Order: sequence, then structure tokens, then C-alpha cells
Amino acid sequence: MTKKNNKPIMPIKSSKDELLSFYNDMLLIRRFEEKAGQLYGMGQIAGFCHLYIGQEAVVIGTRASMIEGDQMITGYRDHGHMLACGMQARGVMAELTGRAGGYSRGKGGSMHMFSTEKHFYGGHGIVGAQVPIGAGLALSNKYKNNGNVSLAFFGDGASNQGQVYEAFNMAKLWSLPVVFVIENNQYAMGTSVIRSSAETELHKRGSSFEIKGIQVDGMNVLEVRDATKKAIEHARGGKGPMILEMKTYRYRGHSMSDPAKYRTRDEVTKTRSERDPIDMVKNRLIEEGWATEDTLKSIDKEIKLIVSDAAEFAQTSPEPDASELYTDVLLDA
Amino acid sequence: MAIDIKMPALSPTMEEGTLSKWLVKEGDTVTSGDILAEIETDKATMEVESIDDGIVGKINIPEGTENVKVGTLIVQLLESGEKIDDLNKQNDNPINSPINSEQSQTTKKAIPTKDSLDEKQSLGQHHIKHSEITVRDALRDAMAEEMRRDKNVFVMGEEVAEYQGAYKVTRELLQEFGEKRVIDTPITEYGFAGIGVGAAMGGLKPIVEFMTFNFAMQAIDHIINSAAKTLYMSGGQMRCPIVFRGPNGAASRVGAQHSHDYSSWYANVPGLKVVAPYDAEDAKGLLKSAIRDPNPVVFLEHELLYGEIFQIPDVDDLIIPIGKAKIRREGSDITLVAHSRMVGKCLEAAKQLLTEGIDCEVVDLRTIRPLDSKTVIESVKKTNRLVCAEEGWGQSGIGAEIVSRVTKEAFDFLDAPPERVYQADVPLPYAANLEALSLPGTLDIIKAAKKVCYKD
Repeated sequence: MTKKNNKPIMPIKSSKDELLSFYNDMLLIRRFEEKAGQLYGMGQIAGFCHLYIGQEAVVIGTRASMIEGDQMITGYRDHGHMLACGMQARGVMAELTGRAGGYSRGKGGSMHMFSTEKHFYGGHGIVGAQVPIGAGLALSNKYKNNGNVSLAFFGDGASNQGQVYEAFNMAKLWSLPVVFVIENNQYAMGTSVIRSSAETELHKRGSSFEIKGIQVDGMNVLEVRDATKKAIEHARGGKGPMILEMKTYRYRGHSMSDPAKYRTRDEVTKTRSERDPIDMVKNRLIEEGWATEDTLKSIDKEIKLIVSDAAEFAQTSPEPDASELYTDVLLDA
Repeated sequence: MAIDIKMPALSPTMEEGTLSKWLVKEGDTVTSGDILAEIETDKATMEVESIDDGIVGKINIPEGTENVKVGTLIVQLLESGEKIDDLNKQNDNPINSPINSEQSQTTKKAIPTKDSLDEKQSLGQHHIKHSEITVRDALRDAMAEEMRRDKNVFVMGEEVAEYQGAYKVTRELLQEFGEKRVIDTPITEYGFAGIGVGAAMGGLKPIVEFMTFNFAMQAIDHIINSAAKTLYMSGGQMRCPIVFRGPNGAASRVGAQHSHDYSSWYANVPGLKVVAPYDAEDAKGLLKSAIRDPNPVVFLEHELLYGEIFQIPDVDDLIIPIGKAKIRREGSDITLVAHSRMVGKCLEAAKQLLTEGIDCEVVDLRTIRPLDSKTVIESVKKTNRLVCAEEGWGQSGIGAEIVSRVTKEAFDFLDAPPERVYQADVPLPYAANLEALSLPGTLDIIKAAKKVCYKD
């Protein structure tokens, strides 16, 4: 575990290729989100926009332990998950700007995007709703006996919703192949876990359902990868759900309109300088001699191009045609 | 004195049952709590316990007797010293005599059966053979047929499997399809509605049964936010083929929290289809359509219709399209529009009004969303008068919607302001008299129709 000054993540086993790809994928999310924040400031993105900056290791580490066909579903802080699933930056950004080139053709917005092709099931705006839906995806896996596992992501705030426990109960009762990933970024909007939760060790929240939970350093992508591997194998092996509590941190506000009066600037700065998930990977790459500063710079450059291309696309893609207003309400029977 | 044990009412709506088995015989000594007999209702098999200590006297109703009315004396318990012979003298009155065969043959037939048949004959459908079935069994058959047809169809809900359905609508599905496809859930509507939605998004075709739609209020977030809106929010990508079904509206003396009619709530939501059938044929044909539909469908049944017997055509694959109203009775003077149980009340009203010279056309909406206003408007253009009847409250009700559409599309055809019949604007009371005053019925429809015809 990293303690001070973003020491490299040691001694968990990894490889050059793996860490380079983690670096690339986490950086893509960060730069994408920074750009989204800018576009929001420019009035190109409207409504709610919840940025994932700081939490990148959670989704990139979990994805590393998933196999083709495993599903992901999450709440409204979903941009990182979509990029992790392999959805195109262009399509995600164009949805944020409400354009026809967006994944939902401009009809969903930041919180409502899907890709059946990439097994990403949303993007849900009602806090906690994705948890039973994720368990339902697991039910369909079990029913079809396809060997896949669903991963339902939710925050520390959602972990106080009643339906989460209804889903826990049935998932365990029926041994559904689902992993519940609690992204504990310590604040539900502006309310800290301590002020909202009687049991703040969220990995224990499944104990009355006999669901095992593991607390994980969610800033350490390798620790996330390994814990997820364990949980997914458990679920895939027919033993039912597991809970992963990812201790993470969001650097930005809850949404773009959050003045963040509930925490000090120091707290944010400290986490950023001591536990940043991307810096941790970067340092290890350099210490191991797997990459030079120049190699990493060229990755940064490529990512900047992808993101600026996405932003360009998102601002030039046309708004959906007026005729789209009444489409996609019902399918033809 | 001997103690009378009568046929008990085992549910709020039970009127009669089958005395399936005696577990004691005349002369046996029993103590309080001993099981005397098994009674089968349309919903469940229940045991009748002795209410006191004593000796089993004359058994008045032999086992296997069907349609024993609630309140019929079934057996007497003797105190020590009393003899069966003593009782025979006392019991020499008709009320206590075993039920006669004529009574036991009586079945509760829904009034509109004849009208429906008349209509079919007038439409030249008399060559199709029909048989009798309850709405309950028609729904059951619809699910069973669709489950045989498509292995991705499954049913989940409280008591749907081992208990055979709280209202026996899922009777014997577990036996035929096994526990993988007939899933008992814990009492957790919000959770299992969400799991159902997830399963639908994962490619299955769930039928989610709510024991009543009153409990679905706990789950309405998933019905609307997760099921109805997702196709649109995903730009047409994410499908959610799911049926939410169960009894809706008033039952009988179950109070305000168990008697809510949600028709207009769900009718308000784009992205849903909302179906509310009246008779067995529609229940079956529409449920089969709902299960095949690629969209989320809210299927509103009615507890008081479950036991009603109707004619149903003997065809292999009975499909009734969603979104089409049905003219249940043709008439020239006034159009009565209703759905679900109120259709029966309208048909009853039409029959009585005919004797007073008012010839009613009765339109059964069958589907609430999409609403077939065309059929209603065409009817009003012919009759020039309109009464809408529904079991729910008036404000923002289905009737309000229909009146609005008709006044917009057929204003010049109206000879009188339309009338609406609906539940009194109060939570449904428990007391029998207040409940009756609150719920709309045949007399309210007759009154409204006469008003619209200026004959009140």
C-alpha cells in the first residue's frame, strides 16, 4: 500500500504491458473528464455532470479482471465506466453535449448511456436502482448458464438505499453471479460517510446476508484488480455475490455545481499528492524501468488527441433531428 | 346445546368453496384446535379447526361437495351426553339440510357472457366452438402457453411457485416448468421489480407478479424510471420486454391500502403499455400479447373477476392485439365506456336501461395505453352521448382523458355534456355501507346515462 508521496505500487505483481495499459486507460478517463469539465464551463454541456476524476483505478482495476461478456452497470457517475468498457470517447462526449452522435443520440445525457455491444448497462440516475438491475443481469446469466458475471457499481451514498439490501438478499439467496462494487469516495454529495452511515465499514454491509466483503484500496489499481479477480471467481464459480468496498476519493465536486464546502482544500490536495492512482502507476513504471518520462509523455500526447478529437466531434455533431422527439418511446410489437 | 360449525369465509372475497375432505367422522371426540375438514376455495386449500371440545355430531355436508356457500352448517359438535339422534330432530329444517344437487350445480356466471355471445354470433363467429373458463385460469393458461413457446419467459413474485399463487393465478406452473422458471421471491417488491428489469435487459422475458398493484407502489420507481424510460434514454438501444401483472383496484372489504386503482397512474407514462381486460378471452389473448411484446407492459387484473366464468373460443393460439378497444354491445342512444370490472357494470346497466327505452353501446377499452380513442369517438359520433365509468378516482382519471379527447374530436356530435362515473373522492372505507357508497356501480351508471339522455 502506498503511504506517502505517491510511492510506486509495490510489491504487487504486474508487468510492463499491463501497467502501461492501465496508465493509458486511467489517463484517458482523467483527461476526458477534465475536458468535460471545461466544456461544462463553456456551456457546451448542461444539466448534471458528475466527474470521475480521482476514482479511475476502481474501474480500470475491476475491468482488468473481467472477461468478454461480463456486464457493468453503475449510477450517474458513469463516464469512466463507459470508457473502461471500450465505448468511444466521441460517442460519450457527444452525448454529454446532447448531440445526435452521442450514444443515446442525445436523448439520455450524462447519466443515461448504454452499450449492449460493450456490455455496459447504464448509466442510472436513481441512486441505488442499478443494484437490483445488476442482480437481474446476473439472474439472466445464471438462467442462460452463459458463465458471465455482472458487476454492479454504486457509491457510499447508494449503500444506504433499501433496495440495495433487497438485492443483496436475493442475490445471495439465489447465488447470483454478481459482484457488488461499492465506490466509497467518502461523500454522498456533501454528506460524509460518518455523517450518514451507522456502519461506516461498508464492506461489512452484506454480513446479515452472509455476503463476504473485502475492503480494498481503491486508489491502487493492482489491489483493485486482485480483489476483483477473487470476487469474480467466487461469483463465476456459483458461490454467489461478493462485496468489494473500494476506498477511493473524488477530487472534484459531486457535480459541476458543487461548491464543496463540506471538506477542506487541504484534504483534497493531500489525497491528490499522496494517493493519486495514476501517479502511483507512473512511478512504478519508471522505477521498474518499464517506461521513460518520454514514453509516458508520448502516451499523454496521444490521449490528448483522442480527447480533443472527442470534444471537437461533440461540438460539431448536429443536435438530434426534431423528428427524433417521438422515436424510441415504444418498439413495434 | 350443540355447537354449529359453519362453512367459514377464508378470504375477503370468498363466497363458496368445496368441502374436499373430512378428517373426522361422526362420533369422534375432538378438542379445540383439532382439524375437522379441508376446504378448497378458488385460491387455496384451508383447514377448518374445531372451535371447542366435543363429539362430532351429524356431518351435514358430505366430502367432495362443491359450491358450499359461506355460512352453511357443515357439522355440529355435541356436548357429552348429547346424541346424534337428538340433533336430527332439531335439524329438521331446510337451512341445515345438505346442499341439494341443484345448488351445487350453480356456478357464478358473469352477466355479459350472453351479450358477448350475441355479439360474436352477430359477427358470424358462432361456428367457433367455445368453452367455459374463469378469468383466473385464462390468465394461467396464457402464461403456461407462452412459457412453452419461449424458454426465456419466466414468472417471479411472491407466492407464485410453491403456494401456487396468492390468488392461484400461477397454479401448477411450478409443477410444469420447475423452480428455475417459476420463482418465489421474498416480500421485496422494489428489489424484485428491479431484478426483473435487469433480467429483461439481460435478454429474458420476465413476468413479474405483484400480489396486488397496491404493493407495486413500492416498485413503481423501477416500473417507470428503469423499465419505461430506458428505451428512450438509450436512443432505442436498451430493450426491456417485461410484464408487470397482478390484481388492481378494489377487492372486497380490504380497506384503503389494498383497494387502489392505478389505471390512470400508469396510463400517464410514455414508454409503457397498460392493459386492463374484462373477460376471460381478453385476459388470455391480451396477456399472451403482453408477454410477446418487446416493451414493458403493465397488466392490470381484477381480483373480483378472477372467479368469473366466461366463454372462450377454443383456438390454439388466442392472441388479442394490445391497443384495440372492443364494442361489447351495440346500441344507438348513448356510449358507455369502461375497462376491467366496470365493463360488467356497464353491460348490466345497458340491460336495465333498455327496458326504459335507452339503447346503450358499451365500449370496453381493454387497453388504457395506447388508448383506442378512435373507437370511442366513432361510437360517440353515432350515439351523440357519452358516459365514462371507472373504478378509480375522478381527478385526472381515465374518464377525464376520454372526455377531453371526445370533446376535442367530436364536439359537434355531442348532444349533452358527457358524464363520468368514478369512486368517491376518499380513501376507500372499510365499513360495508360506506364502501358500497364509495365504489361506483350499475346504479351510478344508469343515473349518469339518464342524465346524459335528459331522462332523469
